[in-house]
Amino acid sequence: MLEHDVLIIGAGLAGMRAAIAARAGGANAAIISKVHPVRSHSSAAQGGINAALTDRGDEWEDHAYDTIKGSDYLGDQDAIEVMCRSAGQSLIDMEHMGVTFNRDEEGKLGTRAFGGQRRARTFFVGDFTGQALLHVMFEQLIKSGVQRYEEWFVTSLIIEEGQVAGVTALEIRTGKLHAIRAKSVIFCSGGCGRLFEPSTNALIVTGDGMALAYNAGAKLMDMEMVQYHPTTISGSGVLLSEAARGEGAYLRDKNGERFMEKYAPNMMELASRDVVSRSEQTEINAGNGVNGCVLLDCTHLGEKLIMEKLGQIRELGLDLTGKDMIKELVPIRPGMHYIMGGIKTDIDGQTNLPGVYAAGECANVSVHGGNRLGANSLLDTIVFGERSGTHAAAFTRGQSYINVNEGEVVAREEQRLQGMLDRPDNGDRWGKIRLAMGDSMNRNVAVFRNKEGIEETIQELQELKTRYTSVPVHNKGKVFNTDLIFALELGFMLDCAETIAVSALERKESRGAQFRIDYPKRDDENWLKHIVVSQGEVGPELSNLPVTITKWTPEERKY
Amino acid sequence: MDVTVKVKRYDPDAARPQVEWQEYPISIDENATVLDALIMIREEVDGTLSLRCSCRSAICGSCAMRINGHAGLACKTKASDSMDANGTIVVEPAGVMPTVKDLVVNFDLFWKKIEEVEPYLKPEVPEPEAEYIASNESMLHLSGVTACIMCGACVSDCTVLEVDPTFLGPAALAKAYRFTADPRDGDANGVSRDRLAKLGMPSGMWDCTRCNECVQACPKGVAPMDRIMALREQAMEVGFGNTNGARHAEAFTESVGHSGRLDELRLPVQSVGITNIPALLGFMPVGWRALTHGKLPPLVHKNVEDVDTIRRLFRKLNNS
Repeated sequence: MLEHDVLIIGAGLAGMRAAIAARAGGANAAIISKVHPVRSHSSAAQGGINAALTDRGDEWEDHAYDTIKGSDYLGDQDAIEVMCRSAGQSLIDMEHMGVTFNRDEEGKLGTRAFGGQRRARTFFVGDFTGQALLHVMFEQLIKSGVQRYEEWFVTSLIIEEGQVAGVTALEIRTGKLHAIRAKSVIFCSGGCGRLFEPSTNALIVTGDGMALAYNAGAKLMDMEMVQYHPTTISGSGVLLSEAARGEGAYLRDKNGERFMEKYAPNMMELASRDVVSRSEQTEINAGNGVNGCVLLDCTHLGEKLIMEKLGQIRELGLDLTGKDMIKELVPIRPGMHYIMGGIKTDIDGQTNLPGVYAAGECANVSVHGGNRLGANSLLDTIVFGERSGTHAAAFTRGQSYINVNEGEVVAREEQRLQGMLDRPDNGDRWGKIRLAMGDSMNRNVAVFRNKEGIEETIQELQELKTRYTSVPVHNKGKVFNTDLIFALELGFMLDCAETIAVSALERKESRGAQFRIDYPKRDDENWLKHIVVSQGEVGPELSNLPVTITKWTPEERKY
Repeated sequence: MDVTVKVKRYDPDAARPQVEWQEYPISIDENATVLDALIMIREEVDGTLSLRCSCRSAICGSCAMRINGHAGLACKTKASDSMDANGTIVVEPAGVMPTVKDLVVNFDLFWKKIEEVEPYLKPEVPEPEAEYIASNESMLHLSGVTACIMCGACVSDCTVLEVDPTFLGPAALAKAYRFTADPRDGDANGVSRDRLAKLGMPSGMWDCTRCNECVQACPKGVAPMDRIMALREQAMEVGFGNTNGARHAEAFTESVGHSGRLDELRLPVQSVGITNIPALLGFMPVGWRALTHGKLPPLVHKNVEDVDTIRRLFRKLNNS
């Protein structure tokens, strides 16, 4: 039977960082991913990674303050302190590993401005920082010798003696089902953006890890906090980086006005994302947009700067909208981008389940609270990926494997999957269910929310869940059966969607990314607390946890 | 917009697996990419169609395939630009790598070659405490190469790999260049001697035939062939002249610089080395076939008419 001390699920930045750290900690570590590591969604991060470098006159406390304010005071300050203190070293580590960061005139690491921060502390590689970091991390993974299970899809967790004892996984290329035993499992499986339609997220971002952990008893927290990014392309929802505004781009309405003046007179286009997205949506709803969009204006930045620092998003704009940002305005709109919520962990990535860890977007440490600052997500993956891997390696030292009856576990899971393949064709399709879910979420659990809308979505999700239990799988084959994989992913997404909707309904105030039209004010007295969702007997059960406040007391949030 | 997507299909689970063409007539948006069309087919028409895709924005590298005979990213190719007069787009799996199912190919060979070039920074001097100091230009230059998303389009259309699977190939060589050109890799001067020595071996940098297909296929402007040529220059600069490829390049230059044309009789002899008896004997069958087919180069090599101009050009180049 395949077995590893530490098994990391997901091979994006957090997963690979965790795997390298676990291996360095002496563990027999392995990483399992439904796509090849470099295909992971970390590659899509464009703008950069934040760090306060003291030799530039920056202080980690300033970074922490900006992050806390950005989170609308819902972020746990002890966790934010850990992240911001570690940022400098993590950044330098990545540079030493070979990341080709842009430089300043002196040859030192160069910075750009980013939203919600009072000084430029975003380090970057053009406008493909995530891809640059991801590929370098993959190089280090190769160097580390960590065992890789590439294009293996985790279908379930093996629970023995009330504990997570490993996973079952489908080898996609052969269709063979395997059981892998592990003393510790680290979820680094990314967010769940595809349960919204449209979304900036890649098609693989389907909440697999969140749902697996949730169904095994892990707590999810702040699931209502869903970030809508201010600059996405209409239709496909593809992202155009905040780097454009970081480099000085404007947002304009149909009359050419820079409308952010009304909403954030100091920071203008570089207010935090929740604020900018809400402002855009307000303008669009008031009829000041153009075909449901506002306009991103880069024309004053000049061809040289755009080609050197924004070349990739210029290409995207050209390919997907036909607009050349060097000389034309590009229509953009707020679009679902990131989930601040996730599997609740402590600062070492530990969940409430023994031996189970989480890091990266699927986790909630919580450093992003109600709203994540741009360029804090790459930092989050690296800092907490490393901490989780290190801690898990230490945890497994001296531990023994829990007994697993491999044959029985595999047979049971094969039977379940065969049951899905054997369903009769009732004319329904997983694609239709996903679209209905995505539409519903994007209609009612988006930038502006209210009770009636959220309740409607909760109702619709119940109906979709019922349909899901009988949705047919057309491809009956073994080899690279993506039809079956998508059907499994849809199940994960429906579970995550429900936790988001019930949490959004529960929070009767407006904070960060959650704006309730029916409760338009922030209410620290009643709601300065986390909402926690656990899988109960008949569905999600809600509870609360306090927000950890160290030295920054909540104040009114203005940009 | 009505379009017919003609897909080359292969199902290894079939009773008798064979390649089949299938046509899907569908209606898509004017702005749709080829990937949008394929996703629509997969979600709404035929769930048995397999392909890799993820980001939809040309950064994850999953959806490289042949579209109308040439490799590219489906998500970066507009459907309206790819239709023939009848509104048909022909889609096949990437080349060189074996097909797993439909549009999915086996990347094992691709990744093995990447791993062969030891794809991680190898500084030979101690790391500084803070970041390495490097010019922005040097980093921008490298970023032009690290922009490679490992999609395999270049490998798919590489005409050398098609006939010689031992060739390192455009992606791995571009990856290698990303290190040899990095001021942080290698010795204190940023020279990566060990890498250049290994890359100069057979199946390495000298085996590229400069057909330019990889440059055409690359969706990210990495221009792998140009990086391979840069590798050759680096290798010769640090003194690795004692390889077939380097000697070939030198003999080529010498011949043209001297007579204004290629001395095709001397070129192969100089490339393998005049004392390399086994290799020279190996030329005999080729020479014999050339002779019997009337294609043997002239035994007496003559200068071109205006040879002085060419010599002057060479002097000018050598002095610059």
